[in-house]
Order: sequence, then structure tokens, then C-alpha cells
Amino acid sequence: MRPRVTLDGNEAAANVAYLASEVIAIYPITPASQMGELADQWAAQERPNIWGSVPRVVEMQSEGGAAGAVHGALQAGSLTTTFTASQGLLLMIPNMYKIAGELTPAVIHIAARSLATHALSIFCDHSDVMAARGTGFAMLFGNSVQEAADMALVAHTATLEARVPFLHIFDGFRTSHEVNTVELPLEEDVRALLGETRIQAHRGRALRPETPSIRGTAQNPDVFFQAREAINPYYAATAEIVQRSMDRLAERTGRQYHLFDYVGAPDAERVIVMMGSGAGAAEEAVERLNREGEKVGLVKVRLFRPFSVGHLLAALPATTKSIAVLDRTKEPGAPGEPLYLDVVSGLAKSFGEGASPFVGFPRVVGGRYGLSSKEFTPTMAKAVLDSLRDDPKHDFVVGINDDVGHTSLAYDPSWSTADSKTVRAVFFGLGSDGTVGANKNTVKIIGEETEFNAQGYFVYDSKKSGSMTVSHLRFGPRDIQSTYLIEQASFVACHQFGFVERVDVLERAEPKATFLLNSPWSKDEVWQHLPARMQRQILDKGLSMYVIDADGLADSIGMGRRINTIMQVCFFALSGVLPRDLAIERIKGAIKKSYGKRGEAVVLKNIEAVDAALSHLHEVDLSGFEVDGFLIPALIGDDAPAFVRDVTGPMMDNAGDSLPVSAMPIDGTFPVGTTRFEKRNIAHEIPVWDEDICIQCGKCVLVCPHSVIRAKILDPAKLSEAPPTFKTVKPRWRELADQAYSLQVAPEDCTGCSLCVEVCPVKNKAEPRFKALNMAPQEPLREAERANWDFFLKLPEVDRNLLDLQKVKDTQLLEPLFEFSGACAGCGETPYIKLATQLFGDRMIVANATGCSSIYGANLPTTPWTKNGAGRGPAWANSLFEDNAEFGLGMRLSIDKQSEYARELVARLAPDLGQDLADALLAADQATEAGITAQRERVEALRKALEPMGTPAARDLHALADSLVKKSVWIIGGDGWAYDIGYGGLDHVLASGENVNILVLDTEVYSNTGGQASKATPRGAVAKFAHNGKLMAKKDLGLIAMAYGGVYVARIAMGADDKQTVKAFLEAEAWEGPSLIIAYSHCIAHGYDLKYGLQQQELAVKSGHWPIFRYNPERAAAGENPMSLDSKAPTVPLEKYVYNETRYTMLVRSKPEAAKRLLAKATSDVSDRWRTYAFLASQAGAKVEGK
Amino acid sequence: MIDLTTRYLGLTLESPIVCSSSPMMQEIDNLRRMEDAGASAVVLHSLFEEQITLESQDLDRNLFHGTESYAEALSYFPEMESFEIGPEAYLEHVRKAKEALSIPVVASLNGISTGGWVDWARRIEAAGADAIELNTYFMPTDIEVSGSQLEEMYLELVRDVKGSVKIPVAVKLSPFFSSIPNFCASLDALGVDGLVMFNRFYQPDFDLERLEVVPRLTLSSPSELLMRLHWVAVLAGRIKADMAVTGGVHGATDVIKSMMAGAKVAMMTSALLEHGIDHLRTVRHELEQWLEANEYPSIALMQGSLSQRKVAEPAAFERANYMKVLRSGAWSRA
Repeated sequence: MRPRVTLDGNEAAANVAYLASEVIAIYPITPASQMGELADQWAAQERPNIWGSVPRVVEMQSEGGAAGAVHGALQAGSLTTTFTASQGLLLMIPNMYKIAGELTPAVIHIAARSLATHALSIFCDHSDVMAARGTGFAMLFGNSVQEAADMALVAHTATLEARVPFLHIFDGFRTSHEVNTVELPLEEDVRALLGETRIQAHRGRALRPETPSIRGTAQNPDVFFQAREAINPYYAATAEIVQRSMDRLAERTGRQYHLFDYVGAPDAERVIVMMGSGAGAAEEAVERLNREGEKVGLVKVRLFRPFSVGHLLAALPATTKSIAVLDRTKEPGAPGEPLYLDVVSGLAKSFGEGASPFVGFPRVVGGRYGLSSKEFTPTMAKAVLDSLRDDPKHDFVVGINDDVGHTSLAYDPSWSTADSKTVRAVFFGLGSDGTVGANKNTVKIIGEETEFNAQGYFVYDSKKSGSMTVSHLRFGPRDIQSTYLIEQASFVACHQFGFVERVDVLERAEPKATFLLNSPWSKDEVWQHLPARMQRQILDKGLSMYVIDADGLADSIGMGRRINTIMQVCFFALSGVLPRDLAIERIKGAIKKSYGKRGEAVVLKNIEAVDAALSHLHEVDLSGFEVDGFLIPALIGDDAPAFVRDVTGPMMDNAGDSLPVSAMPIDGTFPVGTTRFEKRNIAHEIPVWDEDICIQCGKCVLVCPHSVIRAKILDPAKLSEAPPTFKTVKPRWRELADQAYSLQVAPEDCTGCSLCVEVCPVKNKAEPRFKALNMAPQEPLREAERANWDFFLKLPEVDRNLLDLQKVKDTQLLEPLFEFSGACAGCGETPYIKLATQLFGDRMIVANATGCSSIYGANLPTTPWTKNGAGRGPAWANSLFEDNAEFGLGMRLSIDKQSEYARELVARLAPDLGQDLADALLAADQATEAGITAQRERVEALRKALEPMGTPAARDLHALADSLVKKSVWIIGGDGWAYDIGYGGLDHVLASGENVNILVLDTEVYSNTGGQASKATPRGAVAKFAHNGKLMAKKDLGLIAMAYGGVYVARIAMGADDKQTVKAFLEAEAWEGPSLIIAYSHCIAHGYDLKYGLQQQELAVKSGHWPIFRYNPERAAAGENPMSLDSKAPTVPLEKYVYNETRYTMLVRSKPEAAKRLLAKATSDVSDRWRTYAFLASQAGAKVEGK
Repeated sequence: MIDLTTRYLGLTLESPIVCSSSPMMQEIDNLRRMEDAGASAVVLHSLFEEQITLESQDLDRNLFHGTESYAEALSYFPEMESFEIGPEAYLEHVRKAKEALSIPVVASLNGISTGGWVDWARRIEAAGADAIELNTYFMPTDIEVSGSQLEEMYLELVRDVKGSVKIPVAVKLSPFFSSIPNFCASLDALGVDGLVMFNRFYQPDFDLERLEVVPRLTLSSPSELLMRLHWVAVLAGRIKADMAVTGGVHGATDVIKSMMAGAKVAMMTSALLEHGIDHLRTVRHELEQWLEANEYPSIALMQGSLSQRKVAEPAAFERANYMKVLRSGAWSRA
């Protein structure tokens, strides 16, 4: 008996891959990143593979790089693997053709994910793997967590015998992230299945100087074709080889798989053919329908390539009359999706050859389901089977409402296959309260310590701050293959009282379910604080209700808002899955396991919470209660634009699934400025302005990551309409002394990060603990400040022409056109983006690399990019991760071409337009705000002049007139893009001489995918893929860019010198060639309270880790030294900076000797770097600007 | 041959020159150099329970923050096999110090909870320390807590620790007690093996530019020695516990004065930070020279010779303010 373990699909697959490999090339991409992370972690822990040796794990700069390394390692004879998904797989395709063309055994493990088309999606479908089906890789699907382990082993086994490389595929998130109870293959299983002879044969084919050969020749029309066909026998043999591998797995484990596994009635007439996790839901539907006497079945496809028609026909009952082939992908313009086409052609072939087992040619239809992890449930499978009964439709969709093409199948949401013996529990929590972590522990406890099977699946928010999580847990005596969210829960827990109003938490509660609520109100008080909707659900469904003040209890124990342990105890007590005492013992055991290495104090606190929990849990006596609660106000006000009301609103209200096809933009284009409608109220405390001591420096406005604190100078006459608590003071601008200054906070958009308070330089002289901004509880301030904010927004913006943009305080009177993003509270990136929009937003076009900035910049439902009162603002697009510099360059070229053509037309049409206007348009100086304003006015005049003309040239110029106004092209992305995957393109764009502005938000780590090392990661910092601390020094991107001479380069850190930051933005934009700004961005992945982000920036500069400078080719043109070193020689030891951050201290705590060694090297990096910069800055004509 | 040996905490030491607790003690190499330069014992840096608790909670908070919130980044740091957090690293240091040195190693402990003091004292003993110095200070900032309540807290703590370990226990005291002799006698009655006089603390200083309170610890100066000499001299011969002078011991003269006041050892840190560890050689050399020049065959002979009980003018230790010493007073006593 193999041990039962509880883990997710990524770990299940990675475990086999690791054991069976000698070289592993990795690169992060959601949802496959964890496989690489685990491989790196195991290698760092010196875990051996089946040969007793630790695999070499290497992080590459991109998936393309990983594929190249895999190819090379294979050629040199090692058993090699990698992991990827989505666009990452696309980048591997060129090498995949090579690897397969050379008949090389290899396995790539895929957590299947949508390809970016009209939008990016991190969620599951098969569009990525379907794009790779021409490569010659075999494609083997695992449909569950257990199968992710088993098919991984089958793939590693079969590839060695077949010499055909394999994609081992399982569904992203649904399988990769589902936690389930499985039996992992043991090392001896892997060893036995792989077989020594085949491994030696692989090694024997390696490139070796001892027996030299060449591969990768260039072939000509005479032989290429024949050589290509020479591989055919290998592909012909593969299917049988896979089946034999499956049989050998069965001999050892008892789990028998087939290339096509049929389940259902032996005499079924209607059959679904599909692959992937959705088969779990379909199987449940088939089982219930068969029990009810229907003749239906399901073919689960495991080996999709090579497609074995014979095996498919053998799997299908001869009684089959109609088949629905379900594809989890879309191939626009094709007669059907790939699996459908294969099934149809296979049946046609067999029919044509007279080999068909069927009485007649079955009716075969194809349909799509589950794109981007759209739910696929048993009732949807039933709808498909029902549709096969009478007049089957081809090209249908299921799971959405296609009210445009009318292709969707209707389904009955109340039809369910829920098993009465399975406990189904749903938990609503916040990311920050630890709900998911506790639930993962719960699944582990039940799965590994009881006879029950256990499954956990977790749904996360699209925001990085204040994000909601929903955990779906199932436990029961049967295998759990329900690959869909819980629809009818026997237990619902709401871990945040605020959700009772914002989320319909009881929608999924089944009648007589148990409802556990974390409530600040006691069992006797809570009812009156519930909305009517919830009260009605409780009474109508006959729920039993329990409350606990977990926040109060956690706070009293010193656990802050971490209520996870307390709520976990309550769940066990109420659900009765385990005897209470045993459950508590197991929870304590899990606490020791999870937290033990973080120190006794942490364990003790959690155990204290466990012991205290149950005495605070109380049942609410519902007798005599009636529905008398308050009504929930509408999420979106009536004043919102129609699109926001009708489309954005339902998405915000977790009802996006109900939106029909017709509601969607057809080309991925969305309106800007929608975050302002999403009042999230996530801050417990917000800043309050002490206007009497404020010096109006604007630093708080500058640093606010979410643009929730803003300043305006206004006409005092306006104050007569102001709300009573609206505050103003006399401005500290001499020329505006007769006006009023206001600093206003958006109470419902603030995340409570406190950066503004920390940066405030003013202290109350009588009581220095107070500053000009002080945090205070949000709730009592909310109403009044909401009115103040609304009033503030309606006040006119300051005339830009009156401001001196060299002064930080002046820039912070400019309207930001990037607001209320979903970035982490305290984000270090967004203040730079916001600053760019304040300075150039109304003429800015942005190419944004995939990563944090594209996610908080455009993860629906809303977008923070917005426009000003004149309707102008940044136009923004995200293409991919790797191509962003080129994408932005393309924008520049296009804009310049249009501008050039427009200028030609102006010159051509000058006689009709008036020479003065034409001359003014062509000679306009747009170096200043005033110059741009004047040109805009001329463009308006031009349009008016063109309207009556009616000629094609006039119409062209009318359409292109805006291109006569200067445009600012910004290429924005993180260090993963700039230093690694996009570096080749970035380098080319820097060398192009074109006028683009590149902003690198350098967090020194891949932040968006969870903290993997990039080449920007500093020496000694711990990151994923740099488990033992990064061994090499950070790449000096600035120095490399400087080498071109014609590139404006600035390295900046707002927290160290905001004046230099503003100067760098202005100079970069003014430089008519390429500009590169590398901005120090503190990040959640650095591991400290981000409210100290600016202090850390200052220390980064003072310690010499991050010297700030500006390299301005304009100065070189004037005969000066272009290099201006803006920081002083290091004055603070490096450790004073680095040891404030967990990314460094965790190495000190885990590997102190290595930490010491790397610190010494990093310290010498600092002095080397300083010497280089100081030398550059001291050259002839040098002008070193000290502070 | 001059006999420099002394007995402190039941241990025989080659000389009365001991290195007191400081961050220098974190490096085994420094400890070796101290031994080589003539230190007769070392007191290791303190194991701070509160700091370890805070570090543990801080690590947990930072590793937890942001996890399981956003689908693409369910965590931000790799899973490490283990962390050296908690007393283990300190205990390992004690073990290494014991391995590296032949002179006695005194561990120093600062706890915050009764459980912490007792449990960690036991673990220090198990790690092989020759003795424990309790680095005690309860800063009385609560106006509800009386002096006697505070003293009772100290006594309870010492009672608990003494009752749980077999190795000698010394208590490092602050000078801020209403009656130092009475309190020391109470500690003595509990069987404490040594009293270390006195602890030096970080003092809150003000940063006028930033309007902030800045903790400041400056190196000791020889002038601080006098207070120590005073109380050691007052107590010498009246309590059983061995006394150590710490704070203001910079040269051989200071060591001699400490001995004459009644201390068994004189502890140094600031002078070593200022002049380097080799300064110990100078002090020892000058000590020997002085003893030789003044014909003292042993340290033992001078210990307590200028204590209150042995001087001609015991009242000198009782005057707090300037008062003219009248010849008549001396005369009338005669």
C-alpha cells in the first residue's frame, strides 16, 4: 500500500518529473510556476533523483531559453524536463519541432492555460497545447491530481521507448492547484517503469567527441521530404507503447488507464468525447443518468497525439448513435475544434475502410466549453447529452449565454450530482486572514489522517490588495472527482463580517446547512446587523447559525487579523468530520509542522488561539426572528455610464458569468477610468490631514500608490458650496496666495498602507507623534470624507501653465490619470506610473509588458487608467511579456509615420488652410506645456478649416490631425521583462535611436508570479529559483544602456530623492531619442512592512546598493559630461539596508555562513560599482551634482 | 611569583580580569583572542528572549504577508528547510565557545517570561556553560508598580532560576534601587552566587532635528567606576555572593580598586572596544607590575581591603554631599 498524500496537481507532476530527470530548465509562468519552484527547492535541499544524484536545475531567461537548454541537454545525453503553460509553450515551439524532429525522448509538463487573444487570461483551457499539436510531440492528458502523477510517469516511460517526446498536460488551476488525496508513485515505480536499457540507449545517442556525429544539417529539396517521412514508424508505434506503459503502471499500482477510457452504459447511444479535468464532471453526469436508465457514456481521451483511431473505436460502444466532442479551445474559422476534427476524420476513415464497428455512421457534433476556466458542471454535461437526443447541433457552446450566434445549450442549474455522503464546505475569507492556508491544512488533516478522501479548490480575487478568497472543500468516503465549484454547500463559513453586505455568501448554502459567521456582534445582537437578503436565506433554508468574534479573539492573543486557526477549530467542531479532541490534536500537530521552523513563539500563539476558540463559539437562537434587516444599496450609482452599469457592474458584483456574449466588446477594447466606480472600502484606517502644520510639500500625494490623496488649489469662492468638514488653508505659493489649498483623501479607495504618513516630513511641535497626516479609523470618517472627496473631484484642476514642473510640490497639483489600482497596499511601482501620467498623461501612449503592472493596470472588472476633464488620457495596451519594447517601438513608428504624413498634408493643403496656420502647425515648439496647449488649439482650428473641404486629402488630414500634437510613448514593465525575457528586444530598441521612454519598475524579482529571481535580483537575496541566495551580482542595466552613448539613462529612487525622480522623468521625455528610467520599486516580495518602503529606498541609495544618476546625451552634445551622479558615496553599511528585509534575513537564519559570504561579496560589489560611476562622473567636463 | 588567581562563582580564575557581555562575544574568534590576551573568563552576549520572540513573529508575519491572496503569487518566498530562530543558535554558540576555550564561559540571559527564564537557563546549562549571568532589568515605567513590587519580581525570578539549574547563577543589577544593600542581601539570601555591578543601559536621547527619541549607548568612562566601587565596598564582607565590578574598568588601576573594594573580578568591554582585545595584555602586565612594586604577593590579599568594614573611615561611604571633614570628629572618637 502506497502512502496517501494530499497535494496539488503541480506537485504531483513535479515529483515524478524530478525523480526521472537529470537536467531541469525552468522559467516561471502561471499556473505552472510551482513545478519549477518545487524542482529548485528540492535541488537546493539536495533531494536525489532515482539515480541517487541531485538534478541540475537552471533558471533561464525565458521559456524559449528553457526550451533551448532542454534541447541542448538532451543532445548531450541527459534526461531532461521543463514545465510551462500558455505563451511559455508558444515560445518553446521552435525547439519542440527540433526535439521531435530528432526523435528525442523528453517530457514537458504543462498546466494548460488560455493563450492571450483579445485578453490575457491565467486560467485554463487547451488553446496553448492545441497550438503545439503540429510539433510532433505526443500529447498525454491527466484529468485529475492523481492522473497528473500517473500520466507524468507514463509520459516519462513511454518517451524513452517511443523516442517521441511528450507533452504531459493537465488543466491549469483546476488540476494544477486543486488539492486532493492521492497515491504518489514511489521511486521504485519510477525506476522500474523507466527501465535501464532505454535510458542507456538515450545516452548512447548523445553527441560525444568519442563517437562524433552531426545533427541539425541543412537539407535540400532532394532529401528533406524523405527524411521527414522516415520518422513515421516511431509515431505508428507510440500508441501501443503508451498503452503498455499504462499497463505496467497498473501492474504496480492497480490503477489501470487506457488511451481512451470509456465509462457509462455498455449499450450507450449518446456519448461525450473529451479530455482534461472536465471529464470528472461529465462522468458524474453520466453515472447519474445511467442510474436513471438513460443510455449514455463518456470517452475520456488520454493520448491525443498520436491520435489512435483504432483505440478510439474500440472504446466506443457499437451502439453509439451520436457523439458530442467537447473541446476546451477555440479555433476561429475552422470547421470544428481539434479533437472534434480528429474524431470525425477517424470515424470517416474507419467507415470508408469498412472497419466501422457502428451500425450506422454516428452523428458527430463538436462544441466548446470551459474557456478560461469557465465552470463546466455535471448539468452542463447533461445538457450536451440531452442535445444529442433529437437534433444535435454542431458548433455549440455550453456554460455561457451566446445571444449573438445562438450556439449555447441551455442547462438546468438545479440539476446536481451532489453525493449525500460528501461534506461540502465553502469558506469566504480575505487573503490576509489566512483562510486558504488553514483550509489547505484542513484538507491535509482529513486526507491523510482519516479514511476520508478530501479535495480543496481555491478561488482568488483579481486584486492584489484586500482580495477575497473562496475555498471549496469536499470530504467523503468516495473518490472525489467533482472538478467544479461547490453549488450546494452543507457548511458555509463567512470569515469576514463585511462580506454579509458585499457578497451573497449564502447563495450556495443548501437547505439545513450550517452557517458560521465571524461577527463582532454577539449571538443576541448579530441578527439586526444582517441585511434582509441574508436573513431571508437563513430562515427560508432553515440554516443553523453560529457566531464567533474571531477578530476580537485573534487581536487579544496578538495575532492581528489572522483568524485562520480560530475559524478552523470552529469548522471542525461544527462539521463533526473528526471527533473534537482528535481534530484539535491534529490541528495543533499541523500548526507545529507549518510554523515550527518560524520559532516557538509563533507556534505558541497559534496553539493559544486553538485552545481559546471553542469557548467563544455560540449558536444563534433563530426562533422568533423575522426578516427585518436593511436593504443592500446598489453597487453602481445611476450616474455611472451605461457600460459600467450594465457590464462592469455585474462583474464587480461577482455576476460576470451571467453576462451574455452580446454584452462583451468584440475586440478587447474597454473604456478607461472604471476603478472609480469600485468603492472597495478595504482600509481600516485612513490618513487625516492636519492642515495647520502641513507645509504642502506634496510628498504624500507623490508617494500614494493608489492616487487616493490629492492636492488642489482652488478659488475660495467655491468654498461656499463645500461640505461642512471640507478643509482648506492658504497656499504656500506666493503667486497663488489669494487662493485656497486643499489636501483630500478618498476614504473608500484608500488601502490604508500609511506610506503617506511615513513620508510626511512635518511633526506636530507640541506632540511629535502626530504629523500633518495621521491615520484614523475609516468607518467613522467615511460618510463625511466621501462627501468631501466628491466635492473635491468636482473642483477645477489647476492650470498646468502656472506650475513649475521642476518642483515636486508643483507636480503634485497635477491630476493623476492612474487611480485606485488593484496593486498591493503600499506598492512601490505605481507612484512612478502615476507621476508619468501627471506629467504627460494627456498625450501618453503606453505599451505595458505583462506582469504586475499589466495586472493592476487592466485586470477586469475595472481599469485604473483614466482620462481628464477634456477626455484625454493615456491610451494603454498590453501585448505580451517578451515583446514589450518592440511593441512600444511599433507604436512610435506608427505615430511618427502618421505625423509625417499629416505634416506633408498640411504643407500640401497650406494654400487652402491659410499659410499662417500651416506654418504655425509645422513650426510649433512643443517643448513646454504652453507650446502643447497652443498646438492643440491650432489642431482644432485645422479641423474646422478642413471640414468644408471634402477632398480625400482633407479627410485624411482631419483623421490624422491629432498626430500633429506631440505624443509621449512609454514602454513600461518590470525587471523580469527588461532584464530577462524582453532584454533582447529592449536592447534593440535602445539601439534604434527612436524617441521612446522606457520605464523599468525594478522590484529585483518576478513579483507577479510570486517572487522568482531575475537577473535584477541582487547578490545574497533569497528568491524562488535562488533558494540559497542569489550567487551572482545584479546586472547593471543602466551601465549597459549607457554604452550606446545616445540613450538617456536614469536610475532613480523616489524615497531617496524625489526631486531627482521628477527631473529624470522630465529629461527622459524631453530627450528625442530612447530613454531608460530604472526605478527602484519596493515590493511585497522583499518581505517587510511596505509603509517603510521609502526609508528602505533611502537606505538602498545611502548604502550604495542603488546609486542614483542621470546620463543625459543632451549634455554630451553641449560638451559636458553626460553622467551626473546624484547620490553621495556610500555612508551606510550595506547590512543596515539589506537586513531590514526578509529576502536577505531569511538566508542569515537558514544558511548563516552563506549569508556572510554573500554579504561580503555584495559589499565589494557596492564599492566596485561606486568606483565605476564615480570615474564616469569625474570625466572631463564632468558636473557631479551633489545633494 | 605573584598569585593573580581569584574565586568567582565557585570557579577558580587565573586572574580577576574578565571580559563582560557585549556584541564582541558573538564571534568565537574574538573569544579566542580574549583568552590568548589574558582574560580569565568570558561572559557571552545575552540571549534575549524578547528579541527572539519578536524576530520569530516578524519572520512569520513577513513570510505570511500577501500569501494565498492572489492566484499568480500564492507565496513570495521559497520554502526553506529550517531557520535558525529561537535559542538554538545561542546554545550552539555556547557549545562552540566551550569547545574553543579553556577558560570558563559564562552565558548571559535576558528573559521576559517566567517560563522563558527557567526553560532557557536549563538549556544553557545543558549546552555546557560554566555559569549563568542573569541580565535583569525591569524598567519601571508604570506608575502603579511600587519599588517593593519590582524587587519582588526580581527575587521571584532569581528564586525560579536558582531552583532549576545546578550551575552558578550571577545577577547583573541596575544601580536603581532605593536600598541597594538591602536588596542585595535579599538576593544573597536566595543563594545567588554572584552580583554583577552594574548594568549599563541604552539611554533615550533626543534628536532635535527629527523630534525623535533615539536610544543611545556610549562607551563607559573610568568615572563610572566610582559608583561601583562604592556599593561593592559597602557590601563586601556582608554578603556571601561574589561581587563583580563592571562599567568603568579601563586599566589596571581600576582592576586594583575593584579588588580593594571587595570584588572578586573586574569586567571590561569599553576599553577593549576602544583599544582592541590586546589591551587585556597591557592591563594584566600593569596589574602584575603594580602588585610587584607594592609588594602584594596575591590578589586575594587586597580583595576587600578598602571595603567599608575595613577602612579607617567607614563614614566616607555614607556621605552623599560635600561636608567638611572635621578633625574634631576624629578626635572625639578617640
